[in-house]
Amino acid sequence: MNALSRRRFLKISAATFGAGAAATQIPPLTHLAHAAAAPGEVTTVPTFCEMCFWRCAGFASVRDGKVWKFEGNPIDPQSRGRLCPRGSGAPGAINDPDRLRTPLIRTGERGKEAWKTATWDEALTHVAERMQKIKGEHGPESIAMLYHGIGVRFIQHVLKSYGCINMAGASFAQCRGPRDVGFNLTFGQGLGSPEPTDIENTDCLVLIGSHLGENMHNLQVQEFSNAVARRIPIIVVDPRYSVAASKAKYWLPIKPGTDLALLLAWMNVLVTEGWYDRTFVAEHGLGFDKFVEEIKSATPEWAAAETGLDPALIRKTARELSLRRPASLIHPGRRVNWYGDDAQRSRAIALLNALLGNWGRRGGIHIQNGIKVAGYPLPKYPERTKPYADNPNGEKYPFADEQVTTGIREATITGQPYPIKGWFVYSSNIIQALPNRAETVKAIDSLDLLVVVDTVPSEIAGYADVVLPESVFLERHDELQIGWGRRGWVSLRQPVVAPPHEQKPGWWIAKQLANKLGMPEVMPFNDIEEYLKARIEKSGWDWAKFKAEGVILGEKKPTTVEEGVQLAFDTPSGKVEFWSQQLKDKGFDPVPKYTKHEEPPAGHFRLITGRAPVHTFSRTQTNTLLGDLMRDNEVWVNTATAAQIGLKNGAYVQLKNQDGIVSNKVRVKATQRIRPDTVYMVYGFGHTNPALKSAYQRGASVAGLTTKYKTDPLMGGTSIHSNFVTFMVEA
Amino acid sequence: MARFGMVIDTARCVGCMDCVVACQTENDVPTGFCRDWITTEVRGTFPTLTMEIRSERCNHCDNPPCVQCCPTGASHVEPFGKTVQVTANRCIGCKACIASCPYDARFVHPKGYVDKCTFCLHRTKEGKDPACVSVCPTHCMYFGDLDDPQSTVSQLLTARKWHTLLPEAGTRPRVFYLT
Repeated sequence: MNALSRRRFLKISAATFGAGAAATQIPPLTHLAHAAAAPGEVTTVPTFCEMCFWRCAGFASVRDGKVWKFEGNPIDPQSRGRLCPRGSGAPGAINDPDRLRTPLIRTGERGKEAWKTATWDEALTHVAERMQKIKGEHGPESIAMLYHGIGVRFIQHVLKSYGCINMAGASFAQCRGPRDVGFNLTFGQGLGSPEPTDIENTDCLVLIGSHLGENMHNLQVQEFSNAVARRIPIIVVDPRYSVAASKAKYWLPIKPGTDLALLLAWMNVLVTEGWYDRTFVAEHGLGFDKFVEEIKSATPEWAAAETGLDPALIRKTARELSLRRPASLIHPGRRVNWYGDDAQRSRAIALLNALLGNWGRRGGIHIQNGIKVAGYPLPKYPERTKPYADNPNGEKYPFADEQVTTGIREATITGQPYPIKGWFVYSSNIIQALPNRAETVKAIDSLDLLVVVDTVPSEIAGYADVVLPESVFLERHDELQIGWGRRGWVSLRQPVVAPPHEQKPGWWIAKQLANKLGMPEVMPFNDIEEYLKARIEKSGWDWAKFKAEGVILGEKKPTTVEEGVQLAFDTPSGKVEFWSQQLKDKGFDPVPKYTKHEEPPAGHFRLITGRAPVHTFSRTQTNTLLGDLMRDNEVWVNTATAAQIGLKNGAYVQLKNQDGIVSNKVRVKATQRIRPDTVYMVYGFGHTNPALKSAYQRGASVAGLTTKYKTDPLMGGTSIHSNFVTFMVEA
Repeated sequence: MARFGMVIDTARCVGCMDCVVACQTENDVPTGFCRDWITTEVRGTFPTLTMEIRSERCNHCDNPPCVQCCPTGASHVEPFGKTVQVTANRCIGCKACIASCPYDARFVHPKGYVDKCTFCLHRTKEGKDPACVSVCPTHCMYFGDLDDPQSTVSQLLTARKWHTLLPEAGTRPRVFYLT
């Protein structure tokens, strides 16, 4: 499969040179937010970050017409004035030499590696013509969208206005979806982003696989660091001695795939010993007796055999948890699609939090507050007449409350329930984001149109029919960031510098596309500032002040019972559902049950994955600042295991998975920091598009080795810790 | 006159390298070089482990070998804050200072002179913290006057356990690590 995909990489880079002549006939972009400054003089412009999806607000400093640095905005609740390394590294995205520069149209057949540079007019005419053809033959529903990022807002709006209905982000089925479904089934509410975890005030924190500190969700890392400084007991459950584990009072080096056994055992201890919050359960719980019956057999001794953890340690940590409730918090995690039963595991985390009675409590899971922002009058979308293709009538994944990327991919391959003939891919390198690359390529083969909007020649851009180069976030306006948290907030994205070539912002691309599709009325403003200003002024705020300060904070409202919140649960019963009738009705376990996962074959190791603080997915490897800090990933192998099989620290190896897929070469990190039966790599590396020059074939791709995956029957999440690898030592 | 020093809380630090990136943009450090970096020290065997993560840089030593060996006076102790600085146009690129520094804190800038951490002299002169200190999302770094017993850095060194790097080198380093 690797050979197949390599053959198909398109030499975008070659096509981008000499493209300066590609003229555009478009209204000029909104001028920049800062006035021209004298040489050496520094001006600052507030905007919010898109280096990841936490979206911190910051101030960009401009010197001699270039972005010098990017720093946090002190009034922003997401960053509290301090950005993470990716935010600080944002200027490196502007300077990335591999950026897409002009629109590109594939010439000849897909896979022939031939491109021509195009004007925006040509490229969008091409896209619109093919869209009209697909709409004429199959209906607008046959054009789907896969996306990630706030910049998609207006392109998505135009597609919806056109009648498209199939749109999914990998942020659901390949990330936080199982967690939100598990919490929704229990408390009647998903958690979203930012997670309402009151780490700042908790007295006991449990992280299960969450590697805060390596995973730089800014506010959470700040609160975690404060928690470490407060010397509260921290319990980290991870097969790897993560940075967080090194700060913990207890590290539980669990056997991967057995977390649910530990969770059930913890609940068993809390219930058996009477250490749970009886008042909370009596007042808000439903089906508690039946729940107790179900977890009766999950003793620490039973769990010990599954997890490899000492039963005494399981009891001891359960005691720690109970002693500090309700200010005792099991972090719900974020990227939780591990084994294909993740919604149920997340539900177990929700239930454990419920036993601690921490919902809506100080130091637990706080109540979120939003902020009301006036809308902008836009025409209504056409009524939906066909079922969603990924999950028709909710029959495939009954508890999915967002669309499923891999469901759209499957519908594209099978043509069921109806053909999918066009894809718009916005800023999401689905070659690495979705499991099993061969299936993605197969789906692409059956498309009549693949449009990729991105800032860099990502791997998916290599497969596109039309590539539309977007400006990076420091060069563009976007939709308002309207956030939920302890306090609601709104932040503004505005251009700090002009894009260096023909790159354009998403809203502009959307407007031109709407014109080409003959529906200019769906984008009824000439310039996005008109739209943003109208929303802000209609909400009663001062536009000039917002432009200068970058953030508006919502009213301060209570977030905990201690501050006066009245708890309410939006489940069918209005209660916290310890035993779930909804699940029972659809044929699932009403209380999570542990099932054993497949073991690695002889000589193989389970491959698990996670993040590095300086990179976001596969998006940042060519950033001049961040790429320089971490060029490659490494494969972590326990020192003893490495010695046994003759792997030297620092030597290059290739990994071969159970299906015979061989990775790119990757350096061995022989370390005490991981279980002997497990190997670990940071994902997002091993790029296969040669146009990403500084990242091309640097390190190995976790996604490339993820050929086997399980799909969560509740909500369509796909597992990524379900592959086994062996080592091929280079001669 | 103040004697600047830095105190870094290794318990708080997660090794995210924000200090490294912020230094690079603040000081226009050329690609491929850095004035500060992260060191991770793991002790023990699985599963009984400890780990210390440190943000490291020039220690602005009280007894700086780089200054003593510099033949031109380019490496010098700046009166303001008593920090160790390099005057680029006096540096002949002989690398004696690089050889003498036990912390490997110095490098030859592509423009030909020796470069290293300045404790952000341009910022501290304006009363600001160095860039690394001011951006750190974990608030693990503190900067101030070691000669002022009321300063945060002095107070922390009184209250907490700490160590310095290679004290046996006799350089009397002024970057302190809280444990």
